[in-house]
Amino acid sequence: MKVLYALYPGPDAAQDAVDSLRAAAADLKFDAKQIVIVSGEPHEGYEFTDSHTTSAPYRWAVLGGICGGTCGYLLTTISQKAYPLVTGGMSITPVWTNGIIVYEMTMLGAILTTLVTLLIGAGLPNFKGVITDPEIATGKILVGVVGPPESSQPELEKRLRQAGATQIKYASAPNS
Amino acid sequence: MQRTAEQIEHDLLWPIFHTSRKYWIAVGLATSLVLAGVAAFGYQLYAGIGVWGINSPVFWAFDITNFVFWIGISHAGTLISAILRLCNATWRRPVTRCAEAITVFAILIGGMVPLCHIGRPWLAFWMIPYPNQRGIWPNFRSPLAWDFFAISTYLTGSCIFLYLPTIPDFASVRDAATGFRKKVYRALALGWQGTPRQWQRLEIAMHIMAIAIVPVAVSVHTIVSWDFSMTLVPMWHSSIFGPYFVVGAIFSGIAALILAMALLRKLLRLEEYLKPIHFNNLGKLLLTMSLLWFYFTFAERMTAWYGNTPSEMAVFWVSIRQHFAPLFWIMVFCNFIIPMPILASKRLRTVTGTAIASCFIVVGMWIERFLIIVPALDHKFLSYSWGTYRPTWVEDTLMAASFGAMALLYLLFTKFVPMVSVWEMKVGLQPHPGFPLPVPAEEQHHSLILEGPLPTDVAE
Repeated sequence: MKVLYALYPGPDAAQDAVDSLRAAAADLKFDAKQIVIVSGEPHEGYEFTDSHTTSAPYRWAVLGGICGGTCGYLLTTISQKAYPLVTGGMSITPVWTNGIIVYEMTMLGAILTTLVTLLIGAGLPNFKGVITDPEIATGKILVGVVGPPESSQPELEKRLRQAGATQIKYASAPNS
Repeated sequence: MQRTAEQIEHDLLWPIFHTSRKYWIAVGLATSLVLAGVAAFGYQLYAGIGVWGINSPVFWAFDITNFVFWIGISHAGTLISAILRLCNATWRRPVTRCAEAITVFAILIGGMVPLCHIGRPWLAFWMIPYPNQRGIWPNFRSPLAWDFFAISTYLTGSCIFLYLPTIPDFASVRDAATGFRKKVYRALALGWQGTPRQWQRLEIAMHIMAIAIVPVAVSVHTIVSWDFSMTLVPMWHSSIFGPYFVVGAIFSGIAALILAMALLRKLLRLEEYLKPIHFNNLGKLLLTMSLLWFYFTFAERMTAWYGNTPSEMAVFWVSIRQHFAPLFWIMVFCNFIIPMPILASKRLRTVTGTAIASCFIVVGMWIERFLIIVPALDHKFLSYSWGTYRPTWVEDTLMAASFGAMALLYLLFTKFVPMVSVWEMKVGLQPHPGFPLPVPAEEQHHSLILEGPLPTDVAE
């Protein structure tokens, strides 16, 4: 499978290219999910980036924190009851000091969950290969289609050029 | 002059692919300090912990001073970086990576100090809380167990906080590298491609991390302070210790960050990125922290003096007028009297000026940690138990080695990771939503019209 792509100097041109490709997806017999966009830095305020905004990682982080805190609570209270130390009449399971462990484990749970959420959400690790071009390092944005139908390629090339691309490139897709 | 994305990529990846002679000299110096420390530690393992100067009543001295000092230094990075990220302070971009790396290495070094102190470091796993046949269960009421949880949480969080924004830069190095180096960076980049979805998820993750790491950082140094304030030792049993330690930690942390940045810009040719404006801004922060440090030191001593408890006054006077007075006044000079005029003057708040002030502050803050610990222990309650403490060459060497280890780890890190975030610098090239690009000359007459009073409907 190959990738047909073009490079754009800025996000406005890239947005035009993405819009044009999306509009033509049904007619040219490819799925909009086959459109690939790669850049060397994030671009805020454009539809092609903002469409991926989600609040799920925040909810997962809260859930992770709750799980971590619960683990901290169980770790301290169960172990203190299982291995009771001489406390001179003070509480076996003191809330104040156990609270510190619960707090730290709550934060640890949130932090680790955030990491896992990022890895899953961003599809990492992915060692099958990546779609890239040396010009991305110079600030260009890659917009293309993975596995475009043979019959649609001339029209795709035309649309990519209309959005401002000066050169159309082909590369082999990493999963092929 | 505004640099292009290509220039940024070239400049910031240059230190990874090229090594200057100055760099090797710096590595050589740091390595020699570390080797001296390894030799001293080997001797300590062979002869026992009696080769240290600690003895009754001073059982904590240089080692715990180093521990508190390095954990304090660790506040430079993650905390400052997280706060600046949350505030969306755009000038942070060249600073954050330098700062976050300090945190990780400072915690590692700080965490190694208790391992040295326990004398038998191969039994350190006894600290780890799991049911065991020895009948020893870590006491969750002990501040040392809190330290274990707090520091390991902070270390984990700081490593992740450092690693996440580095993934796109690892991908940049991967794309620029060849051979074995390419394979290494391919693994480190985790197959990062740079799709909009990946960027979005990374930014969300960094936002959550920044929110989570700030309270963790504050809790860590508060808990370190509780190692002392949970005891009934004079001048330690104080509720002010938590914020006092946190302020001191941020203070010393910013100073360490300025020093590291000043060295890096020379060693790695980063003058175009770590600019005087960054030192100026950090200098202002340092000035604020210097005033806060003075306030907390004054408040702590003032409360003890007003209370006039004999046991506290013994410690109070020994540190101000008697045995430890020279150290106390050096501390005041280093942390307040010398840095204040340098940092308060815009003319002196230069790269050199802030670096000089930071040098004094790092020294002053180490002394501050020492003065919190040792005078209180050697003048504790009844005078018959009073004693003295003098460090031995082993402790001196281990302390010097901890500075060498910090420098060495940091220098080695700069060979593997771009010390200024490449992708964040490229983001800086994009026009900010609130600050549109300059109006071209031919269109300026339109904008001149808008410089007058606003039309009534707009003003309303």
